[in-house]
Amino acid sequence: MTPEKTEITEDTVDGYKAGSNLEKILSDGRFAVTGECGPPKSADGSVIDNKAKLLKGYVDAVNITDNQTAVVRVCSLASAVVAQQNGVEAVMQVTCRDRNRLAMQADILGASTLGIKNVLCLTGDHMSFGNHRDAKGVHDLDSINLIKMFKDMRDDKKFQCGEEMTVAPRLYIGCAENPFGDPYEIRALRLKKKILAGADFVQTQCIFNLPKFKKWMEEIRSLGLHKEIKIMAGITPIKSAGMANYMKKAVPGMDVPQEIVDRIAAQEKGAPQQAEGKKLAVEMIKELAEIEGVAGVHIMAVEWEPAVPEIVEAAGLLPRPTVA
Amino acid sequence: MITAERKPFDKILGLVGESKKVLVAGCDTCVAVCLTGGEKEAEILASELRIEAGMNGRETEVEHTSAIRQCEWEYLDLISDKVDQADVVVSLACGIGIQSMAEKFATKLVVPGVDTNMLGMPLEHAVWLERCGACGECVLGETAGVCPVVRCSKSLMNGPCGGSHEGKCEVKTPEGEEIDCAWHLIWERLKAQGREDLMFVDRPPKNWSKGSSGGPRKMVRVEARPV
Ligand code: SF4
Ligand code: SF4
Repeated sequence: MTPEKTEITEDTVDGYKAGSNLEKILSDGRFAVTGECGPPKSADGSVIDNKAKLLKGYVDAVNITDNQTAVVRVCSLASAVVAQQNGVEAVMQVTCRDRNRLAMQADILGASTLGIKNVLCLTGDHMSFGNHRDAKGVHDLDSINLIKMFKDMRDDKKFQCGEEMTVAPRLYIGCAENPFGDPYEIRALRLKKKILAGADFVQTQCIFNLPKFKKWMEEIRSLGLHKEIKIMAGITPIKSAGMANYMKKAVPGMDVPQEIVDRIAAQEKGAPQQAEGKKLAVEMIKELAEIEGVAGVHIMAVEWEPAVPEIVEAAGLLPRPTVA
Repeated sequence: MITAERKPFDKILGLVGESKKVLVAGCDTCVAVCLTGGEKEAEILASELRIEAGMNGRETEVEHTSAIRQCEWEYLDLISDKVDQADVVVSLACGIGIQSMAEKFATKLVVPGVDTNMLGMPLEHAVWLERCGACGECVLGETAGVCPVVRCSKSLMNGPCGGSHEGKCEVKTPEGEEIDCAWHLIWERLKAQGREDLMFVDRPPKNWSKGSSGGPRKMVRVEARPV
């Protein structure tokens, strides 16, 4: 059976893969800013409304996490729609932990019909970190399989099984990479693998160890990868010395140098530590923006979204560009 | 080999209930090697059950026996006399042996005395590690002989997740012990073999229907079937 021809509209001939705000800004070579919003652990949609309103005008798109740290929350699809209703473009996160290939394809078709254009493909934190430790992990696909599946849906109008569809979802496909993960020597080549699978942009793990990140970027440039994918550097403002210590010790894949912990701890608890955390984030953004191949920043202010507008402004990233 | 751990004594007591004649049946193969359910362990459990019954004033007869392999009909024939005399059989075999026993003696109450947990190997004396998930389509040839299906906590097929740290997985055992990251092991061994390229090969989604997602599996060796 041959699929019906998709109707050619203005939208499908604009030369963009998805035509999202984020895609347009990045492909125009402008420095992009994304934020992050964790949906609530209840059916209280106003939480998403408020976080979205807070970030509107300060970020180009906001990541909506998918049961982050394996804790049940409002699903990323519904939350992404709510964020967009509040005027902030969403990057819908999808993890391989909770859904198999049928569910992930169904959700992305649903998301696309509801106007979601950016998606971030992740493996997902293990169930043992969350609040349903007895759950069965799905892991039908890994994140590389997931990127490829979405790309084939978009570019070839094909389901993972090979069957064709009439109307493809238009997606700007993202992935994550951890320049601080081990084994370090494969991390740049691993990004290449994700590019070959079809990733359009990457958001990195939050960066505290700047020299190590710079070294990773050198490798990325020597492989020419910065020309093949838009690299958004991950930033997390530190709210307290306690948080810095926790991230250093307990969060998998994080590299927090001792001097960063000490710098925050040198301040009084409370507002002074918070101010130092924001100051550090601003300094980091400025340094990262100078690195060749860094196309934007991804600010993950976990449960500290109100800090984002201030940081974006102090980093000189306002006003955010408007795209046609 | 198949490994199993004995169920807590209280759980076994609950399964035995009020039965007057109990047979504890060990198996001399895998569960004997992992020191869980061989003849010796069957004898020990039988004494424990006898002592408990005695202390609580119940007249319960407890016998023990063992089959060379509880998962084969022929060996079950050899212990059928003892099974016939019992009200309940506590099987210390793996889940396969327990089911063979339950199928062979279908009118008899057969209960598990162990929790079967993995296909593993003895790493050192009295330590076993999981090695295979019987996925039905082995990839060890591409992964330097390290199974990503069960040795990677997320069954990843295309390299490590972001949580791999200094050779260890982001996941710990329930006892809080560290686990080797399978993809770190794969990478180290591929390097040692000069086959680094295999790390960057794109592996398509795995066909899980060859494993347990395809429903109960059946294997027939046609050429060996009687004509
Ligand atoms: S790849 Fe499959 S068959 Fe091979 S060891 Fe792993 S689970 Fe067993
Ligand atoms: S850390 Fe290694 S073993 Fe653990 S889930 Fe990640 S890749 Fe798999």
